[in-house]
Amino acid sequence: MLAASPGAADLLVELGGILLVLAVLGRVAGKVGLPAIPLYLLAGLLVGEGGLVELTAARDFIEQGAQIGVILLLLMLGLEYSGDELMSALRQNSRFGALDLGLNFIPGLIAGFWFGWGLNGALLLGGITYISSSGIIAKVLDDLENTGNRETPVVLSILVTEDLVMAFYLPLMAGLLIGGDPWGVGLEIVIAVTAVVVSLVIAVRFSSQISTVLSDRSAEILLLTVIGLTLLVAGLAEHLQASSAVGAFLVGIALSGPVEQHARELLAPLRDLFAALFFVYFGFQIDPRDLPDVLLAATVLAVITALTKFATGWWSAARSGIALAGRIRAGTILIARGEFSIVIAGIAVASGIDETIGPVAAAYVLLLAIGGPLIARVADPLSSNLLARRRAAARVNA
Amino acid sequence: MAEISETNLPGVGLRHEFVCESGDRIGVITRHSGRRDLLIFDEDDPDTVSESASLTPDEARILADLLGGATLVERFDDLRQHIAGLSIDWLPVSESSKFAGQALGATEMRTRTGVSAIAVLRAGQAIPAPGPDQVLLGGDTVVVVGTADGIDAASHLLCTPES
Repeated sequence: MLAASPGAADLLVELGGILLVLAVLGRVAGKVGLPAIPLYLLAGLLVGEGGLVELTAARDFIEQGAQIGVILLLLMLGLEYSGDELMSALRQNSRFGALDLGLNFIPGLIAGFWFGWGLNGALLLGGITYISSSGIIAKVLDDLENTGNRETPVVLSILVTEDLVMAFYLPLMAGLLIGGDPWGVGLEIVIAVTAVVVSLVIAVRFSSQISTVLSDRSAEILLLTVIGLTLLVAGLAEHLQASSAVGAFLVGIALSGPVEQHARELLAPLRDLFAALFFVYFGFQIDPRDLPDVLLAATVLAVITALTKFATGWWSAARSGIALAGRIRAGTILIARGEFSIVIAGIAVASGIDETIGPVAAAYVLLLAIGGPLIARVADPLSSNLLARRRAAARVNA
Repeated sequence: MAEISETNLPGVGLRHEFVCESGDRIGVITRHSGRRDLLIFDEDDPDTVSESASLTPDEARILADLLGGATLVERFDDLRQHIAGLSIDWLPVSESSKFAGQALGATEMRTRTGVSAIAVLRAGQAIPAPGPDQVLLGGDTVVVVGTADGIDAASHLLCTPES
């Protein structure tokens, strides 16, 4: 039998306790139609530094679990779209993607400089304000039963291009954050971008071969294969001073074909567990007493980037021939920021650029992870009311 | 035939939709997971799904059977006339025919022409699967199945005048 030391007993109690708290929070969130991510973040704030209770025994485990959580989050982001979907989005909808990048990255970039975080800090904040939460958006689409709507392909194609931008953004940031002389940084970036392109080529050209090699009738063996491969590549990437997250993401992109779908189903529960630990850990690192000072700035940034996201969705839907109600839905659903903003914020906190970057990012994500879905929910019946009123008016005129 | 349009939903699956003759717009999402969403679009705003139902692969198959079953029967009726030289025809029994008032068996239709009588129509009523004892009257219609040549011969046979 395993000898249970008192430390191990404390670990189990604290870990079990926090998971149960998360479960209750998730249930509450589901009841009121909110995503669970912001509540996990709040839980982390409350049990971390300067919070109500301080966890001691489980802290190390949660920290390690959080690392695996980031790796799984990015693996799943890479797995989300097939190579063909990425390529066709690039060909057909690149102008929507370019608008999305321009409108939503630049406000964060400017705010970063305004906060005095330097180029790297500004680029990181730009990433945080740029990327929408595909997890939250997928859930809202399902909840509102809007997946079949005409504007949904537009929304999804914007998310796909964000996925592609992340593929180049993350290695770029990893290279910039290592720092050193410009040549060294340049070389790092060239290597990273080459790795991304190679992964994409593998995904598009060799998807069936990869599926044949990796697939196994046993779900267990496929799970071990994919997780093992991902952790190995992530670790090697970390050794090469690229980020482990980037390595995991590239594995996700390279895996495609039938094995991709199977792996997604297998990994989803595991991702949910470790990603929850990651959100809690991110909350840990932030002292809730720092939040009031940054709240105003974060709110202004949230309002501006909510409007720019709305404009992105509206314009893209309009260009795709979608009518008023659909444009409103496309604009509002894209507002939600979530897991990937926190991933970038996690990189920012770990790099130690500025101690306010964590609280600002936390407040920002909390506002838009809660506000985004709420606005989408309010806008949905609002847009159909609008429709009903127009219909009535049309009948009167006729 | 309605024109079916196909849209890729990245990360979700594939959506097919078409407009019915009635003007209703119907769609189906085939998710990567195998689930199907049945969609009915709003009459006035074609961007909006007004009703949707989420189906497991098994439920989707049941729905397809229910919808497909009826059309299959109709199709089968159509096809029967074209398959492997088999024809159906409706042949009149003339008043002057020598078989008017005689039993069906007396015509020896199957023996002579290879054609089978499957029903007799009389005064708007159908007598299905008539036996050889079934009496034919002038003005009846005999529904027959056989080859085209056989049916031609049977048509002459039924109208043979009394000699």
